[in-house]
Amino acid sequence: MEKLLNDFSFGLFVWQTLLFGLLLLLLYKYAWKPILNAVNDREEGIKNALAAAEDAKKEMQNVTADSEKLLQEARGEREAMLKEAREIKDQMVTDAKDQAKAEGDKMIKQAKATIESEKKAAVAEIKNQVADLSVQIAEKVIREQLTNKEKQLKLVDDMLGDIKLN
Amino acid sequence: MRNLFTVKVLLICSLFFTSATYASAKEEGVEGSKKDIKTEIKEYISHHLQDSHDFSIFSYTEDNGEHVYIGIPLPVIIWDNGLHVFSSSKFHHGETLAEVDGNYYKLYHSKIYKTDASGTINYDEEQHPTNVKPIDFSMTKNVVMIIITGLLMFWLFTSLARSYAKNGGVPTGAGRFFEPIVLYIRDDIARPTIGEKRYRKYMPFLLTIFFFIWFLNMFGLTPLGVNVTGNIAITFALALLTFLITNFTGTKDYWKHLVDPLGNAMPWYGKLPIYIILVPIELLGLIIKPFALLIRLYANMQAGHIVLMSLIGLMFIFKSWIGSPLSFFLAFAITLIEILVALLQAYIFTMLSSLYFGFASEEHDHGHEHEEEPELAHL
Repeated sequence: MEKLLNDFSFGLFVWQTLLFGLLLLLLYKYAWKPILNAVNDREEGIKNALAAAEDAKKEMQNVTADSEKLLQEARGEREAMLKEAREIKDQMVTDAKDQAKAEGDKMIKQAKATIESEKKAAVAEIKNQVADLSVQIAEKVIREQLTNKEKQLKLVDDMLGDIKLN
Repeated sequence: MRNLFTVKVLLICSLFFTSATYASAKEEGVEGSKKDIKTEIKEYISHHLQDSHDFSIFSYTEDNGEHVYIGIPLPVIIWDNGLHVFSSSKFHHGETLAEVDGNYYKLYHSKIYKTDASGTINYDEEQHPTNVKPIDFSMTKNVVMIIITGLLMFWLFTSLARSYAKNGGVPTGAGRFFEPIVLYIRDDIARPTIGEKRYRKYMPFLLTIFFFIWFLNMFGLTPLGVNVTGNIAITFALALLTFLITNFTGTKDYWKHLVDPLGNAMPWYGKLPIYIILVPIELLGLIIKPFALLIRLYANMQAGHIVLMSLIGLMFIFKSWIGSPLSFFLAFAITLIEILVALLQAYIFTMLSSLYFGFASEEHDHGHEHEEEPELAHL
């Protein structure tokens, strides 16, 4: 203890206190304050950045879920549209077929009727012509027959003979 | 990588230290025909442990018996009925008297005494000088080292602060080595012991004291042969600051706990007989805590220097092919341990200061949940 007291130098103590105090003040102002502030800011920055990244991740997940949902909806809609289109197509085809058949039938019927009437007209025409021709022939024959008496009489006899036969 | 570099530099320094001492001691050994070599080494060590009025790097003795000192003289400032300032070269390392303004001063065992013109020193029966000691405010070797360390710290940490500003929060250069230490002190010393809310106001002191002690401990291992942190005046000043800060930032709870440690756990008539013993112990603890701080640092650094220099001295006592290399390697190993001790003592001083600040600034309901902590504080 005595040695300690003997070693104790008051001058050195004063120097140390003054210099250390000065060093403390200077370092506080020019070093520790900016260093600790910078480190704090940096840590805040990192914390914020991490939080932001987490938020972004969540947002991203939401977006993905949304787009998945949208895709699902779109897919469903497309399916429905396709189905509808197919139905409409079928419907149209059937309708067209029916209509075409009906039209065809009608045309066939008309054609048949026309053919029938044409046929009748033709037959009638033929009949008329045949009749005309028959008359003309008959006329010529008769005129020939009637040029001489004997023949006229023979004709009459023949006719009469026919009539009897009838 | 930088850490490795620092260790390498310190290793080289310690090796140099060993060789520097070797050179000087050898010369003295040759000359030491009159003096016993053991006494010589003992004197050399005790001289080294003390503060010095000049910055001597090393000294040797010429063949003609003349001492040669390599170093720088420092200003001597003394108060003796007025301020006297003169260069320490006037003392010629204690060999001559210094005459200043008609008064004579003599350097005896690194202390300045006022003497008569012939330089007689009177001793009492215990061989202590009885001469008048003027109050000595000299810029001693330790003061110079404190200034150098202060400038080094200021340069290092302001450049770290600037590198943050320049580099957007990323340190450069030496800052990369020091930033983790700053963060360690904040996160593993100040925060757990003082608490999240109040640790900030103590940070400048803790950081300054840590680096100050660490750097000076490290300088103590260099060939410069300084022993600043092993000086009682220095450790006293440091511990006094811790003591003052502890008590000036103490909360009401802290003071209440001091004079009423049991609180409401017991009625007053039960507390009275216990308090006769307990309160003086608590009050004594106020002084004991910083006192332990100052003695611990002083004794550790002092002991380290004594052991290291004794081992180096052993080389010249042995003077054999086995003994000298053995003590050299022992000295080398101790140097490595001293590097660790340098850091450890700085850590302990900072840690305990931080703990005391933590107790003083704590605001808790006056229970007894902190019964163990004062014990921890006496470590």
